[in-house]
Amino acid sequence: MLAPLPPCALEIRGLVKRFERPAVDGLDLAVRAGEFYALLGPNGAGKTTTLRMIAGLTRPDAGAIHVAGIDALADPVAAKRVMAWISDEPMIYDKLTPREYLEFVAGLWGVVPALAQMRAQELLDWLDLAAHADERCEGFSKGMRQKAALAGALVHDPRVIILDEPLTLLDAGSARQVKNVLRERGAGGAIIMTTHILEVAERMADRIGVIAHGRLIAEGTLEELHRQARRMADDAGAAGGGAATLEDAFLALVAESAAAA
Amino acid sequence: MIQPGTALWFARHEARLAWRDWIAMMTAGRRERLWKVAIGFAVFVILMHAVAYSVVGRFAGATADKPMLVAITASLLLSWLLMASQAMESMTRAFYARADLDLILASPVAVHRLFAVRIATVALSVALMALPLAAPFIDMLVVRGGWRWFGAYGVIAAMGAAAAAFAVVLTAALFHACGPKRTRLVAQVVAAVVGAVFVIGVQVAAILSYGTLSRGDVLRSSAVLALAPDVGSVAWWPARAVLGDGAALAALLLAGAVLLAGAIAIVAPRFADYTMAAAGAVGSAARHARTALAFRQTSPRRALRRKEWTLLRRDPWLVSQTLMQMLYLVPPAVLLWRGFSSGGGAFNLLVPVLVMAAGQLAGGLAWLTISGEDAPDLVATAPIAARAILRAKVEAVLGIIALVFAPLVVVLAAASLWHALVTGIAIVITAAAATAIQLWFRSQAKRSQFRRRQVSSRVATFAEAFSSIGWAGAAAVAAVSLPLAVIPALLALAVLAGARALSPRRRANA
Repeated sequence: MLAPLPPCALEIRGLVKRFERPAVDGLDLAVRAGEFYALLGPNGAGKTTTLRMIAGLTRPDAGAIHVAGIDALADPVAAKRVMAWISDEPMIYDKLTPREYLEFVAGLWGVVPALAQMRAQELLDWLDLAAHADERCEGFSKGMRQKAALAGALVHDPRVIILDEPLTLLDAGSARQVKNVLRERGAGGAIIMTTHILEVAERMADRIGVIAHGRLIAEGTLEELHRQARRMADDAGAAGGGAATLEDAFLALVAESAAAA
Repeated sequence: MIQPGTALWFARHEARLAWRDWIAMMTAGRRERLWKVAIGFAVFVILMHAVAYSVVGRFAGATADKPMLVAITASLLLSWLLMASQAMESMTRAFYARADLDLILASPVAVHRLFAVRIATVALSVALMALPLAAPFIDMLVVRGGWRWFGAYGVIAAMGAAAAAFAVVLTAALFHACGPKRTRLVAQVVAAVVGAVFVIGVQVAAILSYGTLSRGDVLRSSAVLALAPDVGSVAWWPARAVLGDGAALAALLLAGAVLLAGAIAIVAPRFADYTMAAAGAVGSAARHARTALAFRQTSPRRALRRKEWTLLRRDPWLVSQTLMQMLYLVPPAVLLWRGFSSGGGAFNLLVPVLVMAAGQLAGGLAWLTISGEDAPDLVATAPIAARAILRAKVEAVLGIIALVFAPLVVVLAAASLWHALVTGIAIVITAAAATAIQLWFRSQAKRSQFRRRQVSSRVATFAEAFSSIGWAGAAAVAAVSLPLAVIPALLALAVLAGARALSPRRRANA
């Protein structure tokens, strides 16, 4: 039985990463247990760099990351044990079958074989991959590859799921399947996801963070973001009543941030 | 202005792509290296000419007698088989590469012209690839023996055309016989066999006849000279062309051109069908596991090792390379078998061959497991220490080396315990050294980029080769005299130290 997540499943404080210019610049962010958090931002805002630092794939220059109460910088192995990372580029092996791939991932995370096998079958069924479970992935479409990668990420029952544009390669039907699986499997855990499909954030996220120039410029529920964007429009004296959709709110917030910068 | 869509227009397009590809390969994508590459190339050319000048003296005045015709013909046959092997590899890549084919196939041009150009490009490329090694010797033969030797360039051109024609027809035949799904693997294996079969055949003959690995002994033997056709035979025309016979050269060039034109005429119109079938084969390659998999109890390290072994087992490159290594191990195996019966000192020859083969195979395997990780983020986000991941990968490499070479070492032990001991230790060291070099120079890449792995670091490539040679030399000397082996061993260690000092990680930390 897994220990319950602390109230704050993921906590980031003062996170900094510079390449040639600052990619993430003193970012503070918190994702609560049971929450689906969407991180939005324009290209180059620092979304992927942030997620890669959380997943332990990039070392931050400064700051702190706590995952399920574990200091991820001090004890990355313990933090990785409760996390899963999925990027827009499916991380699978062409010469393995989905079932072999899931066995491999379960082995990496040290999941008991019987439990891993049961979970694997469940995920393959849910993601409509059961019929292809024993075929090598080399002939798979991009969507099937992404679903296999998602199954791999979920087979060890992670408490914190980090998703970087996971729906990019999926058609509408597959995207819905994945969203359903994430809702079911993510229940009780926490999910943080970047996406450029604002409709996904609008429908799925409990809270949304907007990031620009490596900093969080707005955060809240969809309604709170709308209010914030409307207030900005009012302050600027813009006609038209401000943000009607998340896209309007997002563009208004990013434009305001660019003007302030 | 060239008319778009014509063969000439496609040729210009191909030439531009090939030139940029070559420059990128030589400079590893850094244009500022171009001068260094040019200087390095010039030094290589001058050195090769110097070596050639000192070697070709006794051949400069050669006449068309039977021993000379046999020697030249054997060299040409060996070169041609290597060219044909290379051409087959190129043709297979052309069938299966997507690159710009979708664009061209979707365009309203006559695509057979492009494919005709691509087949001709293969002929040109295999001929050009032979030049860096052949040209210095031909040039020095011209200097020391006169203009008649200049015809050798024409022989290379004719050989390139014939090799490309053979390769394209054979690959197309394999396509029909094996289908698009299997042709790639089968063609790679056939290419490896074609490239190796002559050398191995002559070596085996040399061992069985003379108890040595020397091919020259066989080619100079009275038995071969007696079996060879008369000096007036057509079979000697290629050799005669090399020796400056104008009529033979003209006939050879004509034959090469006719063969290439014939192959183009037959295959180019079908090329589009082959490439589309190859693309479809990738999409429909549903290869089922033989039995339903039951998840096994495992540790992360064991899971990693098992994954590496499964991927290596299913890797067509590795299958063909291992097969080639096995083919090259046939002569030593025959030597071993013969040594059993004769009790001679033939084992001294065996030791470096085995050690060298182990070093080369370990280098390729180490690249595949360490740098060629197709899911680097998955492995990096797993709850395992980075050191444990590397350890598992190194264990996977050494495990395969043990599997391939242990049987030979065991058989050797039955004949000579000392030779087996030296060979076993040297195999472990050379494999470990090759793996260490790959660790120091590791970079993130896809397994499919294996063919271009040398591009990422030429230092690593040379270090790997010189390290294998060094350890093979040390083992060869140790088999005879242990104290003297210290010298080549120290040289091999110096190569490793140099590689470590030049490795990117080391330089980044400095």
